[in-house]
Amino acid sequence: MTSVEIEQLRIYLYLIGTGLAVVIFYYYIIHLYRSEKKGKKDYEKYGKLALDDELDSQILEKNPKLENDKKE
Amino acid sequence: MQSNATLEYDYSIVKLFIWTAVIFGFVGMLIGVLIAAQLAFPDLNYLLGEYGTFSRLRPLHTNVVVYGFTLSGIWASFYYSGQRVLKVSINESGFLKALTKLHFLLYLVIAALMVLSLLMGITANKEYAQMEWPLDVIVVLTWVIFGIIMFGLIGLRREKTLYISMWYYIAFFLGVAMLYLFNNMEVPTKFFSGGLGAWYHSVSMYAGTNDALVQWWWGHNAVAFVFTVPIIAMIYYFLPKESGQAVYSYKLSLLSFWGLMFVYLWAGGHHLVWSTVPDWMQTMGSVFSVVLILPSWGSAINMLLTMKGEWNQLTENPLIKFMVLASTFYMLSTLEGPIQSVKSVNAIAHFTDWIPGHVHDGVLGWVAFMVFAALMHMAPRVFKREIYSKSLLEAQFWIQTIAVVLYFTSMWIAGITQGMMWRAVDEYGNLVYSFIDTVSVLHPYYAIRAFGGLLYLIGVLMFAWNIFKTATAGRRLEQEPRYRSPMA
Repeated sequence: MTSVEIEQLRIYLYLIGTGLAVVIFYYYIIHLYRSEKKGKKDYEKYGKLALDDELDSQILEKNPKLENDKKE
Repeated sequence: MQSNATLEYDYSIVKLFIWTAVIFGFVGMLIGVLIAAQLAFPDLNYLLGEYGTFSRLRPLHTNVVVYGFTLSGIWASFYYSGQRVLKVSINESGFLKALTKLHFLLYLVIAALMVLSLLMGITANKEYAQMEWPLDVIVVLTWVIFGIIMFGLIGLRREKTLYISMWYYIAFFLGVAMLYLFNNMEVPTKFFSGGLGAWYHSVSMYAGTNDALVQWWWGHNAVAFVFTVPIIAMIYYFLPKESGQAVYSYKLSLLSFWGLMFVYLWAGGHHLVWSTVPDWMQTMGSVFSVVLILPSWGSAINMLLTMKGEWNQLTENPLIKFMVLASTFYMLSTLEGPIQSVKSVNAIAHFTDWIPGHVHDGVLGWVAFMVFAALMHMAPRVFKREIYSKSLLEAQFWIQTIAVVLYFTSMWIAGITQGMMWRAVDEYGNLVYSFIDTVSVLHPYYAIRAFGGLLYLIGVLMFAWNIFKTATAGRRLEQEPRYRSPMA
């Protein structure tokens, strides 16, 4: 492979990679809104994590791995 | 595991990093003011022999403010807010607690060695990566320890979901780890090049254009993963907490996160526009820099909208002032950067004073303001005392805001003047101006910059005094404040 061909390959890979990333990124936006609309997940409730941050604050979603040994 | 009732968050490591942030902030910015003054008044280069020259002090200034002041502020914030959003105390693991002490100890060792080596002129000669290989080894060790602590805390967390700040802290850890390793691949000449030079000397593993590419992949991402990503982590926690308002849109915060992660890594090429790197790579640097406006403004607008319906707090609470202005400067800086990266603008802006002007409206207006606000928010909680003086904080805010404006406006004018003068040619194609002509013309702007820097340093002193008095003489608090920080 000549250096010119390598250079061209790089450019095509860059373009394909960028296009792919754009598609994934837009799909992520759709995914966020769709899962909220379907009631699968309420993303906005996680904003509360910064406000209710005492050790004895109500836990939003318990870490399942620690449920047994960290009961309030 | 202890029960929550007897547990408290452990702020011992937070306090240590608060103090180093204050000390390094003052030292780093004092050196900054001195070197700014040296550019305006060159005789100031001869105050301390070889140790006081611009070339010795300039890398010391950048390293102390980046890795001293900013990193200390970031780690203080991480150890504070990380525990809180994960709802886990460092006290719950003796191993992690011991590691936090080791983290701080190694950090001090690196800081001392860095200051000494740079003052002695021992440098790897790469921007933001001047430390020689023995220090890099300790840096890597310290970084691994920090990673173990962070992921250890995440492993012990009570909350299943990681708050958005934690995403940014993780990105900070991973981004710096990857880029630092790649850029600091060095060959110690004594051991691998036939015994050349001292044992601590090294040369880069890459050569020529490749070295420049790797260097600016790192260089720009030092801005991304030290000056942006962890600072966003901080504002996503401290602004909602101080104002008592949940982040305006959590979805937007997730979207901005992934956008920033994808785009920022490839924007570094804009440092090499009009250089010997392949043209498409320069274009990629410009394009990604322009696209970067979207995720950057996504976070900044999200922060400003968090204050929706609560704008009265802007007049009542100086900490909100600091944070709102920080996000505003973030917007300014992330618009200015892409403009500079456009090829036609870059043809004038490259190598001029507009570049340090851009850097400083970002670091003084965004990074340092956010660090000040975070440290001051934490102070009443970790020292269990009221903030010593609200009026001092207000005065600091206004003095430093004026200082930043003086800094960047003088550098805008100086930079564009410089760029135009360098390019000016007569009808025969000869350069109109010699280099010294530009130096003479720029003198007043350099003097204004030094004055702006001095004002900012006065603000840092006011801040340091306020923190010191809060820790030692502030009114004792019976209860930890929930949202707004109490101040006298």
